[in-house]
Amino acid sequence: MWMIRPPVNKQLHRTDMSIELKQIGTIAQKEFWDRIRNRWVLAVTAIFVFFALVIAYFGASQEGVVGFSSIELTIASLVSLAIYLVPLIALILGYDAIVGERERGSLDLLLALPVTRFELLIGKYIGLSTALTFSIATGFGLVGLFLSYQIDLGALGQYAGFMLSTILMGMAFLSLSFLISVLATNKTIASGSAIALWFFYVLIYDLILLGVLVVTEGQLGGDFFPFLLLLNPADIFRILNIFSLEQVKTLYGLATLFPESLANLWVLGGSMLFWIVAPLGMAYWKFR
Amino acid sequence: MKKIIEVNQVTKRYGEILAVDNINLSINKGEIFSLIGHNGAGKSTLFKMMLGLLRPGSGEIRIQDKAVNGEQFRQVKRRIGYLPENVVFYDHLSGLETLRFLGALKGADPGSCGALLDKVGLLKAARRPVRGYSKGMRQRLGFAQALLGEPELLFLDEPTTGLDPAGIREFYQFLNELKEQGVTIILSSHNLAQIQEQVDRIALMKLGSILTTGSVQELREQLDLPLHLQVSLHSVAEDSMRHLLAQFSDCKTRITDKTISIYCSRKQKMPLLATLSTLDTVEDISIQEPSLEDLFLGYVDDSPSGQQATAQN
Repeated sequence: MWMIRPPVNKQLHRTDMSIELKQIGTIAQKEFWDRIRNRWVLAVTAIFVFFALVIAYFGASQEGVVGFSSIELTIASLVSLAIYLVPLIALILGYDAIVGERERGSLDLLLALPVTRFELLIGKYIGLSTALTFSIATGFGLVGLFLSYQIDLGALGQYAGFMLSTILMGMAFLSLSFLISVLATNKTIASGSAIALWFFYVLIYDLILLGVLVVTEGQLGGDFFPFLLLLNPADIFRILNIFSLEQVKTLYGLATLFPESLANLWVLGGSMLFWIVAPLGMAYWKFR
Repeated sequence: MKKIIEVNQVTKRYGEILAVDNINLSINKGEIFSLIGHNGAGKSTLFKMMLGLLRPGSGEIRIQDKAVNGEQFRQVKRRIGYLPENVVFYDHLSGLETLRFLGALKGADPGSCGALLDKVGLLKAARRPVRGYSKGMRQRLGFAQALLGEPELLFLDEPTTGLDPAGIREFYQFLNELKEQGVTIILSSHNLAQIQEQVDRIALMKLGSILTTGSVQELREQLDLPLHLQVSLHSVAEDSMRHLLAQFSDCKTRITDKTISIYCSRKQKMPLLATLSTLDTVEDISIQEPSLEDLFLGYVDDSPSGQQATAQN
């Protein structure tokens, strides 16, 4: 049995801080197979394939072009799709992970077993993020395969980057949904909060920033504006993709104002990683 | 006798509400111990603290000499079985899958799952989704999962909920088998008639405190509730008999045609029996000890109905 035993604070009674990977694996496996069995993975994959094909075909129609155009324009269209769809799917996937168990009454049964709260939380997160990753990779992967006849190796790399960033954005919103699930007192509040969060980050956040810029004629927030974009994982995803696509940079609003100095993979990747780790860490802090 | 659980000065508050108030308790290895009390007496809170599901506000709980939620408690937990009140499972999993999943987390032998389902009478339904199980079947499955990993300590919260009379009898038979194997069993139940013949010791709880602990017999002696003698007669009671019984002034007597109902103290039992045995008209005498319900009401219930029930005795 694999065991990691980090240093333990000396207290009157030292608490059990050991982590058993086997327990995490068992919980993760159940969560993943539950999503396979109830056809969640199949349904979400089908949604991705359908919308991705439609958007890839009609994505450039506003420029008077119908059909599969350049890979850059296709990715740009898929970014627009993913930015709406993936956060919503991730939030719906994870909002009841903990509060659902608590409300059903199965949480006590699980925690009475030799499972720590950390193992339960992480196990569930890994299981659900695997299901999400599987759906994104399969859905967009199939579309990528379909498009492969017209793209070269370099474009394939861009497409793979788009898929990877989509997965990371999904994991970030899943992490946020876990925080909601731990904080909410019941499933109704959790689902309402998840939808509100989606509205805020996907629809409202950029409008607020844009509104402030317009109203103050760029005087307020101009300097730290790029950093404000990093406070939204959906914006990080957009920037990650747009800055790699020369052809479409100008098509976007706010993201094009982002300085090139900050638009490097380490800053953006690190920020996305922060959005995965921080909400999950907070969720654990509240859950324990 | 070796102690398996020690609860030392444990207190738990939920905001302003004092759920558990400075409780001290020891439970011996191999005994069947029951927590009884009204709803809200603190039984479930104490249960959950013993299982490490809730942290005590103050005090300490040790199981097998290891602090609950302490460094080595995970190993102790592997040998603890828990059946919560209103047990809930994952509806889409079958009974067998449920046991395999919970067994994997407990480190139990996967091969034991089928045998456990057989033991609780669910082998035929093993591959059916739990959503199709009746309440009784879910309770049986709950009991099976509590037995995963051959526990040395079982916590059973209202274990007979949803079971039919045959199921209840079977359950207590099984409990006694486990006791013979040295398993310590802690159960909470509102069905006092069921448990009074099954448990070794009881803790009576009220408003977060333990009022008393002991065997049913010890509680009877502590409280000294009246015994109930039911005397059957060959013929209708005569005035002479009334005069004879009048000398037992502390006894409450009610004579109706061919039966006499007498409530007397334990001390008066033998003199009363000696007197009754001299009477030719006495056909039979049955003696009823105060039931656990009587003891419970005597100790715990200060509601009007409870006081009335106690006064009648």
